[in-house]
Amino acid sequence: MSAEPIIQISHLQKQFGDHRVLDDINLSVSKGEVVSVIGASGSGKSTMLRCINLLETPTAGEILFHGVDVTSKENDLQKYRASVGMVFQQFNLFNNMTALENCTLGQIKVLKRSKEEAKEIAMTYLRKVGMEQFINAKPAQLSGGQKQRVAIARSLAMSPEMLLFDEPTSALDPQMVGEVLTVMRQLASEGLTMIVVTHEMAFARDVSSRVVYMEGGVICEDDVPSVIFKKPNNPKTAAFLERFFAN
Amino acid sequence: MYHQSKRFFRFFAVLFCAVLLLAALSALPAAAAEGTEAQSGDPGFFGNVWKIITEKYPLLLRGVGETMLISLVGTVAGLLIGMLTGVLRTAPYSKNAVVRFLHKLLNRIISVYVEIFRGTPMMVQAMVIYWGYAFATGGNTLPLIPSGIFIVSINTGAYMAEIVRGGIISIDKGQFEGAASIGMSHGQTMLSVIIPQVMRNILPSVSNEFVINIKDTSVLNVIGVTELYYFAGIIKRETFKTFETYLVVCIIYFILTFSVTRLLRLAEKKLAGKDSYTIFGSQSDPEAEIKVEKEEPDYVS
Ligand SMILES: Nc1ncnc2c1ncn2[C@@H]1O[C@H](COP(=O)(O)OP(=O)(O)O)[C@@H](O)[C@H]1O
Ligand SMILES: [Mg+2]
Repeated sequence: MSAEPIIQISHLQKQFGDHRVLDDINLSVSKGEVVSVIGASGSGKSTMLRCINLLETPTAGEILFHGVDVTSKENDLQKYRASVGMVFQQFNLFNNMTALENCTLGQIKVLKRSKEEAKEIAMTYLRKVGMEQFINAKPAQLSGGQKQRVAIARSLAMSPEMLLFDEPTSALDPQMVGEVLTVMRQLASEGLTMIVVTHEMAFARDVSSRVVYMEGGVICEDDVPSVIFKKPNNPKTAAFLERFFAN
Repeated sequence: MYHQSKRFFRFFAVLFCAVLLLAALSALPAAAAEGTEAQSGDPGFFGNVWKIITEKYPLLLRGVGETMLISLVGTVAGLLIGMLTGVLRTAPYSKNAVVRFLHKLLNRIISVYVEIFRGTPMMVQAMVIYWGYAFATGGNTLPLIPSGIFIVSINTGAYMAEIVRGGIISIDKGQFEGAASIGMSHGQTMLSVIIPQVMRNILPSVSNEFVINIKDTSVLNVIGVTELYYFAGIIKRETFKTFETYLVVCIIYFILTFSVTRLLRLAEKKLAGKDSYTIFGSQSDPEAEIKVEKEEPDYVS
């Protein structure tokens, strides 16, 4: 691991009413790392990402961004979210806007870039994800894979330090999973810091620098892919992977 | 172009038939009575209708003008009230205790306003507001047309408040989260992402409110607003032809609401947007844009 972590989570806890969904989560992610998060449905993976992006407010614990508590007053929430973007399972593109407008809106409103600059930057990333032909299309006119690629471009256009992916390929038809994973592999190889919640084990094994296994709101194991997939230290991890590959 | 003119033609054909049908239906009893009256120099039913139209058209036109003015401005103002209250009522509460208290108080006031104005007849609201002002100021009365506009506006606002709130709530939560995830504030999200979608979704309800207002401004005659129905009363008293007068006014109301309905439906279609988009042009020939239809999945390579 390299020196200073971008995100440092300690003793993070999240409760919905009486239901404790996250318990004592400790995780730190440094520049250039790709951390895959695996685990059964309901284990709290999404909630953890949503806490990092502050779509959910943590009940207890600390999330530090470059050493600053993200829930504190010193942290500019809007700037912070621009630097730690999020890609959703359901894309969440703006339905009333074209692909290009989706990628310029945040730049203009949050980063106060000029229209021309925002458009130029948006085009760069739309080209990177292979969507430059479709800049005039509305989300309803795009396939799932295309929507997800635009959503990735929208987050990249905010010049983030890190992106959070919440099962980015889970809502896609099988033939469209590849086009999105290809983009993500490329981003990883270019050194973008990412936390990826995924059920794509090949991606987790080949692309990530670390794999985190979650169960029941707890991080059971956090190690390099070779350990997690070949000889996991926690029997729970082994059991999960066994069940996963049996299906 | 061709498509548009055909639609226009059909619109007037339907309108014409409707007017003819109404006239024919109403002529039946009148025609029976005509035999006895024809000798005494009475111009007959159609003659009377024609006389009302040709001799009283200045009054009718003025009535139409004021009816349309009051209902149009009232609907737009009502929509603005609905937007403001809808945005307020769906906004998250502030962390600041004072702001949060004021916000909750305002939401309460809005709820009371909505309940009262939806739960009482506009005719009664008109009397209470108009004469209430006179009572409070010791006999002063407000100018009539602004009063009419005010009454229709706040009445419509109560309905619009619910329409807009429903429209905002029905927008997928993902739209808010997508915006939040790139750092947009709630206000920015509302303005750029949510309101445009809400506007498009509620346009049919807004059209509906407009049509209701065209008809319901007729109740404003109780405070003497000179809209169409008020002039109908004047014409009746001048001509002593009650049935003929109100038949003419009825047909005018129908033409107004029917035209407005059709026009707004066209606007809805326009707002729904195109089904196709243009592929971003090739570098050699920026003019050569390829049309891609929505239903064509083949472009996925
Ligand atoms: N807003 C919420 N209110 C109440 N319970 C929630 C909410 N969001 C998630 N949960 C619960 O938290 C648990 C973890 O959910 P989630 O983080 O979505 O899991 P995962 O992403 O691993 O499938 C689940 O039991 C879910 O029902
Ligand atoms: Mg999830």
